[in-house]
Parts: sequence; C-alpha cells; structure tokens
Amino acid sequence: MALRQIAFYGKGGIGKSTTSQNTLAALVELGQKILIVGCDPKADSTRLILNTKLQDTVLALAAEKGSVEDLELDDVMKIGYKGIKCTEAGGPEPGVGCAGRGVITAINFLEENGAYEDVDYVSYDVLGDVVCGGFAMPIRENKAQEIYIVMSGEMMALYAANNIAKGILKYAHSGGVRLGGLICNERQTDRELELAEALAKRLGCKMIHFVPRENIVQHAELRRMTVIQYAPDCAQANEYRQLAQKIHDNCGKGVIPTPISMEELEEMLLEFGIMKSDEQALAELEAKTKKGAA
Amino acid sequence: MDGMNQDVKAERKALIEEVLSAYPEKTAKKRARHLNVYDEGKPDCGVKSNIKSAPGVMTIRGCAYAGSKGVVFGPLKDMVHISHGPVGCGQYSWSQRRNYYTGTTGVDTFVTMQITSDFQERDIVFGGDKKLEKVIDEIHVMFPLNKGVSIQSECPVGLIGDDIEAVAKKKGKEHGKMVVPVRCEGFRGVSQSLGHHIANDAVRDWMLGKGKAKAKEFETTPYDVVVIGDYNIGGDAWASRILLEDMGLRVIGLWSGDATLAEIERGNKGKLNLIHCYRSMNYICRHMEEQYNIPWMEYNFFGPTQIARSLRAIAEKFDDKIKAGAERVIAKYEPMAQAVLAKYKPRLEGKKAMLYVGGLRPRHVADAYGDLGIDIIGTGYEFAHSDDYQRTADNIKDATLVYDDVTGYELEKFIDKLRPDLVGSGIKEKYSTQKMGVPFRQLHSWDYSGPYHGYDGFAVFARDMDMAINSPVWALNKAPWKAA
Repeated sequence: MALRQIAFYGKGGIGKSTTSQNTLAALVELGQKILIVGCDPKADSTRLILNTKLQDTVLALAAEKGSVEDLELDDVMKIGYKGIKCTEAGGPEPGVGCAGRGVITAINFLEENGAYEDVDYVSYDVLGDVVCGGFAMPIRENKAQEIYIVMSGEMMALYAANNIAKGILKYAHSGGVRLGGLICNERQTDRELELAEALAKRLGCKMIHFVPRENIVQHAELRRMTVIQYAPDCAQANEYRQLAQKIHDNCGKGVIPTPISMEELEEMLLEFGIMKSDEQALAELEAKTKKGAA
Repeated sequence: MDGMNQDVKAERKALIEEVLSAYPEKTAKKRARHLNVYDEGKPDCGVKSNIKSAPGVMTIRGCAYAGSKGVVFGPLKDMVHISHGPVGCGQYSWSQRRNYYTGTTGVDTFVTMQITSDFQERDIVFGGDKKLEKVIDEIHVMFPLNKGVSIQSECPVGLIGDDIEAVAKKKGKEHGKMVVPVRCEGFRGVSQSLGHHIANDAVRDWMLGKGKAKAKEFETTPYDVVVIGDYNIGGDAWASRILLEDMGLRVIGLWSGDATLAEIERGNKGKLNLIHCYRSMNYICRHMEEQYNIPWMEYNFFGPTQIARSLRAIAEKFDDKIKAGAERVIAKYEPMAQAVLAKYKPRLEGKKAMLYVGGLRPRHVADAYGDLGIDIIGTGYEFAHSDDYQRTADNIKDATLVYDDVTGYELEKFIDKLRPDLVGSGIKEKYSTQKMGVPFRQLHSWDYSGPYHGYDGFAVFARDMDMAINSPVWALNKAPWKAA
C-alpha cells in the first residue's frame, strides 16, 4: 500500500490531539504502521501514545546540539503504543522566535532522514490556529493528502473549520491536498449532529464520524493513555475504532472543499438557532424589559 | 537658444517614449511618471518619487539596513555596529563606504570591521535575543575601548519579533555603555531612504543629549556648529571642516563621518546645524529645531561657486567676525581655485555628463561640473523624495533629462542614445557604461579617490573628471579590422 499522509486540523482546544491519538491507536489494530508528526510547539501530540510527554523534540535537541544537521533520526523518534513511531517538532516558548519556521525545519529533517520509510501512515497533528505559513506546511508541498477537521457544534469551531477549508482550497490545485471530512467531537450544543452535517454538506465533504462525549476519555487522558489502551472494551473505544475504519476506508475519497462566506456561515447559524438575528435579539430584549416593568 | 532647447526637449521626450515602449503597458504607465524633461521655471522636476520599484526591473536602490548601517551609523567610529541577523548582510557591507577616520582600528575605532550575530536556523526558531546578549558581552570583552554598540536589524529580526530594545536596555545598564537598537529591517520602506529616517529616530530616541553628555557639562561658544550628513567619503568632511574652522567657527560635531559617540550625544549643543546630505539627515535637524530651537541650513561644498556661496550664507548667521572670516577664506583659496580652473576648464569645456546617484549629489555636484564647463544633460536619484526634486530645480538647466529610481535598462538606453562624455554613478553602473565606450566616474565612493568637498576636494575632482574624460583609451575603442 502506498504511504498515506493525513493531518488533523481544528480550533484550539477542540480535542485534535486526543481524537487523533485514539484514532491512530485504533488504526494499529487494523495492522497499520504509523508515524506521528506533532506540529505543535506544546509537543503534546504523542503523549497518550508514549504514556509520557516527549522531551526530545526535534527543535529542542537541535538547539542543544547546534543545528538539525547534528541530529540523528533515532535521537528524536520514540516508539510508543503497539509500535507507533512518535516525533514532535517542538518549538520555542510562547512569545519568542518563530514556531512556524520550526515546523518547516522539523518536517524537512524527518523526511530527509528517512522517518517516512517503512510506515503506512504519517499523521500530522497541527496547532489549532494556522497563523502563518509554517503551520500550513503539512497542507502544502504534497505532504498530507487528506485533512480531517476536528470540530464541534460551537460557533467558533465552525468558523475555524470553514477557515481551514479555505486554506485547503488554496493549496488543493497546486499541491493536491484534499479535505478528508469533518470529525465532530460532541460538545452537547443544540442540534449538534445536524449542524455538523449541514456544514459538511456546505463544504461538499463527508461528516466522517460523530464522537460522543464520554468521561472515560478524561480518565484515560489523566493516565496518559488512549481509551483504546486504557479501556479497550468500552463503548468509547469502539467509537474510535469505527472512526479509524472510516478514515482507513476513505483513502482517495477526499474532496476539494467549497468553503462558504462569512455571511453564509452566519445565516446557517441563524437557521439552526445558534445565533440570533438582530431583530430577534431586539424583540427578546423588548420582551424582557416589558416583563421587568410589569 | 530657446528654439534650440525646444528641439532638444522634443528629442529627449521622444527618447523617453522610445525607452518606455519596451515595457508592458502597465509598467510603461508606472515608469512614465518617473521620467521627464525639465522645463525651466517649473518648481520641481515633474517626476514622482519615493514609490515602490516596479517588480521585475533592475532597480539600483538599496534597503533600509543599507540606509542605517551603511550610511548613518556605519561611519560612527568608536562604536561597534552589529549586523544582527544572518551573515549575508554583514558580509556584503564589510569595510563600509570609504568613510575615512582617524584611530586605531580594532582598538578604539571599528568602522571597517564587521561584527555579525550570524543567525542560524536555531536563532530563527527560538529567537535571537540570547545570542545578541552574548555578542554584546563578547564585544565588551574583546574591544574594551568601544564607547557603545548599535544593533542594526536585518530582515528576520523583524519577522520573528525579537525584542532588541529590551536587550539594549539590559546590556546598556549592565556594561554602563550606550547600546542602541535600530529597527532597520531591509523589507521596510521602498528604498534605503526609510533606513536613514529610522536611524535618525534612533539617534533622537537613544543618543541625542543622553549618555555621558547628560552627566558632563559641555562648555559652549557662540560659534559652535554641528556638521550633519557628511560621511567623510575619501576625507570629504576634513576638507570641509578646515574651511569652517578657518572662518572662525567651532565644529563640535561631525555627523557621522569620522564621528565619535560623544559628538552625537552633544549634538544638541550647537548654535547652528549645517546639513550637507539633506535626504539622509534632515529628520534630526528638524527635531533639534523643534526640541532645542537650533536652526539649520543646507550648504554645498562642491565647486568654488557653491563653496563661496555657502560660506557667505553660513557667515550671514553669525557676527561680522565670522563674515570677515568667510571672505578671508574665499580670498585665500581663490588663487588655488583659479589655478585648477585654468588647468582643467580648457580640457573639459563643453563636455556633457549624466548623473545617477543617491539622494543629494544628483543636484549638489551639478554646479561643480558647471564650474569646469561641463553640462549636466541628465540626472536622477535612487531614493529622493519630492522635496529633493523641488530643490533640484535650482541646480539644473532647461531640457535636462530627469529619471527617478531609474532601471538598469532605462539608464543604459539613455546613455547609449545621448552618448555623454561622462557618466557619474555607482559601481553597478560603471563597467556596463565603460563597455559602451563612455567614460565613467563613481560618484558614491569617488572611485577610490577623493576628497571632492571643499577647495582641496575640487582640485581632486577636476583632476579625476579630466582623467576619465580625456583618457587616451577612448580613442582606441574602435576595432582595427572594422572600416572607419
């Protein structure tokens, strides 16, 4: 099988790292060999697979030794749960330097030094906000072929998903990147599943899976484990297995997204009652004042 | 005469059209606004300026870093100037611009030395502030007689948002020395001109009236002047200074040719600021006028006509003693100037020259050429603003071809069609011009010669122009196998 490169994007705090690691742990059960490339300076994309936070990030070691040219692949690649290969780009502390350049440096290093050999999947886990070119690296230059957007029914998560779709569209014709689909991480907002499906429809992609909210994910995470490892028989583990199977079957079925305008997105939110129109808001305010007066 | 000028004007206007016709429509429209034939009596040269260069053309301009490090700060001799960023900018600005200075290089003066923080990938990703601190510490140890340090930012420093101001404050305090951060990242602005402005602002915010000048009482006299914007190319500032001192003035600061940090710090103590390069340092003059009530005036020490005019204008600002001094100086050098003219004018009279320089010389040297009987038929600036083109109207003649931010192609075409007897421009233009069979002198570096300022400089200037124009080599540039 040809190497499949996928990436997880989405709003910060949406659960990209948790979802991606659980899904990848399930993919291993399907007999896949996996490499994780963490592209977040916080370096928490491999914590649940390694059962510890990776200290030897590419950039931290490069800084220590002088430059990336001084590194060996073995220095930065650790083996985690069921043989999953784990790497983290790492990066500067908040507020200094250029983390984006760090991601570019790290990915180039991994590629040039053969990290991508002998694996079936490379998975990129990217910082929530694609603030500069560096964080778009996995989308560009024929890196990830399919992008999976992790989102929820919250307004900002929808905004972010639409923006990421715009980014994918920008590079779709030059680099061949495609939108794999949406993964909805349940936040228990109003009509969440419907909304996620509606957005998927507007973007012209699939709603890959709706991951229900379940506390066991937290319990596992506190123990630095995926649910697959912590409670392999629970229902939530099966949800991730389903998601993994769907992603596995989605090979080559990614689409060029059709992102919508800000106005269209807001209209959609109005339609689902998440956002109120000015008239509605005024009417409610009026009713409230009247009630208060009475 | 008028009729003849009309013909010349029509010809030169047609030449502009011809040159523009090679461009795509959009570029031609853009460039057309920067080219003109001067009409006498108009208040400016009729060209747009200080606008972004058209993409794809070979512009001759530099960047903001070049304006700050290369022009304003570089000549300041007892400070160490750090080229902060990747090694290239420092490497290619090594040795400065022939800014002469006295001192022992590497001990108490550092102009021709080059210090860079030599950014690596690691410094980009993790930020370069720590390395900068280390560089400053090392400078402190290696060059204990340095009076201070300036940090000249290269592009990446601005891109990654390093806090060089914080480093400057911290290290300044720690070493008890002046540390000046300069945000002259090359991508800022359209040319080196913004770099001059940024450097002027750094002088204003970090240096002027501060440092040791604050603590020490400076004894002033009624005759104190500060010379601003003379970078002492080939000794220019020295040839100017003796004239001012001869007439009875005291030069308490020379910015920034052969300058010390102390001269910058006490720059606000003069009675009058004399500005030579208006484009690169007018900002600080205006600031001192507003802040300290110090008047400023422009002067021109190129060629005996302008020198005498400037000396008298400067003397006008002072008492009779200085006025008499000015006359004395003019009279003293008169025989020398006459001897130079007697020797060279007959050899140069009626020759035609084209200029293309930075922000001052395209107008300032015109009268020096005029003194020698050389006609300026075309001139233009790399980075002038509209006020420079207004001033230029006073120095050039009717029908002069004017080209702003000229492109390599345009200049070559103009030279080829006008076939002047001399072109004065920079190193990038030198060899292509000479290969066209046209004599050339570098007017940025004085072509490894100089000084050209003052009466002493005029003698050198006249000799050099004669040497270029009347070199026997130009009679030998026809291939012998080609029929005459």
